[in-house]
Parts: sequence; C-alpha cells; structure tokens
Amino acid sequence: MKRIIFYIFLCLCALVFLYPFIWMLLASLSPENEIGALTFLPTSLSLNSYAQMLSKIPITRAFINSMFVSSMVTLGVLVFGSMVGYALSRLEFRGRNLIFFIVIFTMTLPFQITLIPQYILMVKFGWVDTYWALIVPGLMNALGIILFRQYFKSIPQDLIDAARIDGCGDLQIIFRILWPNSLPALVTVGILTFMTSWNDVLWPLIVIRNDHLMTMPQLVTLFAVGGAAESQLGVKLAAATLLALPIVIAYLFFQKYFIQSMASTGIKE
Amino acid sequence: MNINSKKIVPYFLVSPYIIYFLIFIAFPVVFSVVLTFHKWNIISPMQYTGLTNYVHLIHDEFFLKSLGNTLIFLVIHIPLQIIIALFLAEILNQHIKFRGFFRAAFFLPVIVSGVVVTILWQQLYGFDTGLLNRILIFLGLGRVGWLVNPSMAMPSIAIMATWKNVGLYIILFLVGLQTVPKNYYEAADLEGATHWQKFKSITLPMINPTIFMVVVLSTIGGFSLFIEPYIMTGGGPLNSTLSAVLYIYKQGFFYYHMGYSATLGLFFAVLILGVVMFQKKFIEKDK
Repeated sequence: MKRIIFYIFLCLCALVFLYPFIWMLLASLSPENEIGALTFLPTSLSLNSYAQMLSKIPITRAFINSMFVSSMVTLGVLVFGSMVGYALSRLEFRGRNLIFFIVIFTMTLPFQITLIPQYILMVKFGWVDTYWALIVPGLMNALGIILFRQYFKSIPQDLIDAARIDGCGDLQIIFRILWPNSLPALVTVGILTFMTSWNDVLWPLIVIRNDHLMTMPQLVTLFAVGGAAESQLGVKLAAATLLALPIVIAYLFFQKYFIQSMASTGIKE
Repeated sequence: MNINSKKIVPYFLVSPYIIYFLIFIAFPVVFSVVLTFHKWNIISPMQYTGLTNYVHLIHDEFFLKSLGNTLIFLVIHIPLQIIIALFLAEILNQHIKFRGFFRAAFFLPVIVSGVVVTILWQQLYGFDTGLLNRILIFLGLGRVGWLVNPSMAMPSIAIMATWKNVGLYIILFLVGLQTVPKNYYEAADLEGATHWQKFKSITLPMINPTIFMVVVLSTIGGFSLFIEPYIMTGGGPLNSTLSAVLYIYKQGFFYYHMGYSATLGLFFAVLILGVVMFQKKFIEKDK
C-alpha cells in the first residue's frame, strides 16, 4: 500500500514536468477559441494554427539556417578542440602550461564582458547579417578542449607509438587513430555544442536582422514578442512546438547520451 | 629536419585556437575596458568621457533595479532548486521501477530551448485563462497575478527557471549520492540513527561539492537571464523583471550606448567572478 502511494506521488511529479509539453502540443492542435478552456482533450483537432504560422514566417528556412549553423559550429569545435586537446595532453612543448591556463581562463570568463566588443568586431568585419557572424565566434570553445584533453590522456601510448612507426603524422594520429577510439568524448562534445548552438538566442538577436538568415529560436522569439502572432495563442504555441520538436526527437533516441553529456559539464573538475 | 618539424607541430596544432583567442576573447576583454571610458554609438567617432560611465552606473536606478531583481531571483531560485533536486534525487536513488523513465521525464525541460519553455509558461501563467490560475480557481483559491503583479513577476520567472533546470541538478545529485559508500549508512543503522540524522551527518557533507556546483551554476544562470524576461514581460511590469543581461542588451542595442553597455557588462562579469569566489570560500569553510 505504501509502495502504491509512493508510485502515485512519483507519477504526479513526472506529470508536473511532462504535462505542460502535452498541453502545448494539444493547444497548438486545437481551434483557437478553445485554447483558453483547454485542460485535457480538445473537442476537435485542427492544423489551422500551423497553417497560419507557416504563412506568416519563413520557419522552414529558419530550420535550415539553424541546422547549417549548428552543424558547422559543432564540426569546428570537434576538429579544433581535438587538435588542441591532443597537443595539450600528448605533446611536450614550451608554453603548454600557458595555453592550458588560457583555456581555463576562457572557460571562467563571464560572457557579459565580451558581448558588446564581439558585436563591434562583427560590425567592423562586415559580418552583421551573414552566416559568418553566427558560425565563426562559435568555432572553438574551452569546454571541448578540456574534455578532449582529458579523454586523450586515457588512451594507451602504444596505440600512438604504433601509428608513428607506420608513418602517421600528428593530424592522422588525431583523426584516424584517436577519433575512432574516442567515441564517448566525440558524442559528449558533439551533443553539448550542437544543443548550445541550437538553443542560443541572444547572439543571433544581436547580429542578424534579416528574416531569411534568422535561426529558428530567434525567428520564433521575434514572432512571439512582435506583433506578427497577433496575440493568437495557438499560432505562438505551434511555433514553439515546431522549435522543440527536433531536439525532443533526438532526445527520444539518444536520451542516455544527452543526460550523460549534460551531467559531465558539471563533473569536469 | 625531423627534429625541427617535431618542434613546430604542437604550435601548428594550437595556432587556430591562439588566433581565435586573441581575436574573440583577448581583444574583446581589453577593448571592453577601453570602451568604459568612452561614449560611442559605433557610427560617429569615439568620444573620451573619463569616468562618466562609472559615475552614471552608481546613480542609475535601472541598473540598481536589475541588480535587485537578480538578487530576488537567486534568493528564490537557489534554495528551491537545491531542495527539489535533492529530494527527487534521493527518491530516484532508491530501488524503484521505471527509474529510467522518471529520470528522462525530469530531464526533458533541460534539453528544450528556453524560448519554448518561456512561451509555454507565459500561457500557463496567464491571468484570466492560464492553466495555473484555472487550477487555483478549481481548488477554490483566488487568481494570482503571476506576471502582472510587480512583486510576483520575478518569483514567477524563478519558479519557471527551477522547473526548467532542476532535471540537470537531479542528475548531478544522483551522481553525488552514488559516491557515498554504502557501509557509512550501515554503520549509522547499527548506531540507531534516524533518517534525518543520516541525511544530515552523512549525505550532506558527502555531497557538499555538488551543492557548491549547483549554487555556482544557478548564480551564473541568474546573472545570464535574458530570454525569459525578454519574451514574457519585456522587463516589466514596472521593471520588476529587468535582468542584468536584458539591461545590457537594452543599453547596447536599443539606445546604442556602447560605452555604457560595456561598463555594465564589465561590472556584472567582475561581480559574477567575485560572488562565485565568495561562495567557494563560504561553502568550503562550512565543511
């Protein structure tokens, strides 16, 4: 009996986290005049909110923009992060400690301080309203370097020595020997970087003004805040649902990896 | 030749990062300090104004308001986050069925964009037809002005932020709890310790580092609040949800006060580092 009450309580807790999303999905599929009274099932399903939203904002284009930007950023972080991580963990050179110190410094630096000067750089480079502004500042990050450095340390030296005898250069060692043996690190850095880039709104709001270059969260934000949604709840919720969908689908398949990756950011030190 | 190339390789590998660091981190940090002594709207030439920005900062009521709002957020968000996360982590740490499902459910809001969560909660918090107020009415209680009442708006955002982030902290606490050796509890059981005694003298000291991490991450999160007030309230009502980053954004990209906006950014960055260092000292001393 006590056990049953315990499980009912636990289910109620889970419902607190799940139900708002279910409500959002149902509300986006309801006729506009029913949303205000909606608690559980709508009387009829309607795609009207989605149709209206699609006619008002270039959401497909924004989805492609976000995909492109986040993929490029993730690729950059994986490639450059593993290059630096390899040098810091496997090679001896003068200044290695200084570079490691720089990486740690970058990681602890609050973004509030670099926000305005970075925007000014974008203006001076002529990158405002271009993909460059969305991609280049994200191509490297300290967390990626640190995670790769840590993981590469655990790989046996024999593997690297054997590759050297076979005549592999350092780049070949990184991408053909270390990468296939570092899948957990690649997945962790990949998921974290992709998610951070996909969910970022502040930076796109600052450097992109052109509708057709906007990322998906940015477009949805401006749609929800600006007048375009004309205070129709259903249309706003439909936009939010579409924005949530790609990450939620990925989460359903790779749930374990998402949780592990996010948890590892906290356990880094 | 071989020795030479071996010496160069490391520098070749780190060179992209060094270039990146110099352009996108080092230069902005130095330039932001330079900006604080100037008035500039990007278009016309920079104008040296000495300490004017700093003087203005101390007397700026909106700046003080944003500081106070952040404090309100943190005072509500941090304890709420720790208590709920620790409670649910303790439950998940027992032998329960479907643990994976519950963990995944609590974690779902963490991975979803803050934009989605904010748009969704804006509807839940609606005064007339919002789901929360309809539940309150159903329970025979009155409506709450979640986002329209100036003294309620920031706490509402803090509650929403807790709902969004708590899943991550549940996982972190769960990892922390699993590091506590089982025989500690067994020894305590032999001594006849109560649940609360075991929690207070075994669990809590062992997960102290995790608590520190939660406090630090939540603090940084509080000073980084932007999209939540931007979408939900625009900083209102009566500036009660004007956050640090929202104010930097408004000064920079609404009024084009680059110098003053950089001053705000520098101040908040130094403040964050200071607060985190203080928390580290405080919590480590507590140990």
